[in-house]
Amino acid sequence: MSQVRGDGGWQLFADVVRNLFGFFRVVRDEFRSNRGRVLVTLVPMLWLGLFFAVPFLIVAKISFAEAVFGQVPPYTALVERAADGAASLRLHVSSYALLLQDPLYVAAYLRSLLFAGVSTLFCLLIGYPMAYGIARAKPVMRLVLMMLVILPFWTSSLLRTYAMIGIFKANGWLSTALAAIGVIDPGTAVLHTNLAVYIGIVYNYLPFMVLPLAATLMRLDFTLLDAAADLGAKPAQSFLRITVPLSMPGIIAGCLLVFIPAVGEFVIPDLLGGPDALTIGRVLWTEFFTNRDWPLASAVAVAMLLLIVIPTLVFEYIENKRERREAAS
Amino acid sequence: MNRRPWWLWAVIAGGYAFLYIPIISVIVYSFSASRMATVWGGFSLRWYGALFDNQQILDALGRSLVISATAATAAVFLGTASGMALSRFGRFPGRGLLSLMNSAPMVMPDVMLGLSSLLLFVALQQMTGWPQRGMGTIMLAHITLTTCYVTVVVRSRLTSLDRSLEEAAMDLGARPWRVFFLITLPLIAPALLAGWLLAFTLSLDDLVIASFTSGPGASTLPMLIYSKVKLGVTPEINALATLIISVVAIGVAVAGVFMHRMEARRANG
Repeated sequence: MSQVRGDGGWQLFADVVRNLFGFFRVVRDEFRSNRGRVLVTLVPMLWLGLFFAVPFLIVAKISFAEAVFGQVPPYTALVERAADGAASLRLHVSSYALLLQDPLYVAAYLRSLLFAGVSTLFCLLIGYPMAYGIARAKPVMRLVLMMLVILPFWTSSLLRTYAMIGIFKANGWLSTALAAIGVIDPGTAVLHTNLAVYIGIVYNYLPFMVLPLAATLMRLDFTLLDAAADLGAKPAQSFLRITVPLSMPGIIAGCLLVFIPAVGEFVIPDLLGGPDALTIGRVLWTEFFTNRDWPLASAVAVAMLLLIVIPTLVFEYIENKRERREAAS
Repeated sequence: MNRRPWWLWAVIAGGYAFLYIPIISVIVYSFSASRMATVWGGFSLRWYGALFDNQQILDALGRSLVISATAATAAVFLGTASGMALSRFGRFPGRGLLSLMNSAPMVMPDVMLGLSSLLLFVALQQMTGWPQRGMGTIMLAHITLTTCYVTVVVRSRLTSLDRSLEEAAMDLGARPWRVFFLITLPLIAPALLAGWLLAFTLSLDDLVIASFTSGPGASTLPMLIYSKVKLGVTPEINALATLIISVVAIGVAVAGVFMHRMEARRANG
């Protein structure tokens, strides 16, 4: 606070100095707070940059190397130094060529997409009524139903996949039941078939579908349905023309939350599927752990990234557009 | 209210049955005396006894708990910092990048995160001699995986928070750090707890990333379970699964009752 008093120049000088210090303090505070901000921003940025972004560049780099067995690390260096110090860059595209030429890999990609796509559809068909039930239940019931979906979500996916094995075995009750109605031959198991993989993925990812769907359906204004009914709409009609369009954000979010991780899934096809249920996740695992071909595993990862980035970008685009529209209205 | 058709209830009941029958089946068979994990052989607690006699499982459990607790704690720090930066600092250079790096790990398949983390560790080790593969590298990879989940939880809490308290404190001259520790932190504490628990569970459940980044002698519990399951269903795993599911169920139930009370209190004013 500046208080200019009338008694002499000394006072005025003191006042100017005090105000000057005040100014410096403001500058210092600003600097301090910004330094704090820079620190708070920089630490997670550097961490994620080093441990998440940089590794992808390394994966991309190694995918262009060639596998060399019996050395550590088991691949060629991209930049080779000759005796005279001249560096030469040597890119190998053999891994990518193999991915495109060997029908095994192409089939694995298509199979992963098929597993993920069909499972996502079934998750939606089972999950939508469940989410609808949650959204229309009374508060206490809603909480209980919600908790019953959240519980498996918090339980280990590995343990839940393991739980399926017992049921799928030849003497397990699901195999017995399916044999009784003639879906499978008596005495055979569901385990190690593609059907087991489908059921396993739907089972594991159902909560990821139900939770976002329930969140959007809970916000839905159900009096719209009553209004539609008053105006003579049949239930199916008002469902298709009101409920489904209004819950579209939840449907899209749920489908992506199921589809994207399901494409790269390893544990479920590995434990429940047969040897022919070879998905990209399993291919990557086998190339790395069994064949020790790091460049090929890296090339599989790069190709997998392309497969996953596209739907994610579409989702981001739709989400951003929706947010902008909501902000505008 | 219009009446809902009977088949809707049938589908809902079927969905819940689908979610729970496998879990219940594991719990039931964990009490079976039979060595066959799918044949009922009379009530017995022998697999629980065998579980607690199995030093290999107990060691792996201890290792997993240490890794998960460390990773979750570090992830809460990093996630809170990211959440603050993304929801409170307005526009700054690199915001888009930070936001992307905080959402990408959530949609990345585990095999990719595992492979890329391992290749980084190998490259780092070649250049600097650090890190040795083992529990430490699993922790580093798990911190990276779980940070983004904490960020999402903290960020959504910060966005929904009434900012007038923070602004009032700033107007009264509190420094940003003081505002954060005295006002913001207590308000987002429930989100931090939820974020920690989420990070802890994710880290505890992870098989794939741990398999890639682990070193000799550092098997986590999921890695051990996986190798046992690959060899065939073992009844001890039924007992272990039952115990883990019980702990999670109690946790979820407590959280549910707590949330219900909070909502009731809010509704009553």
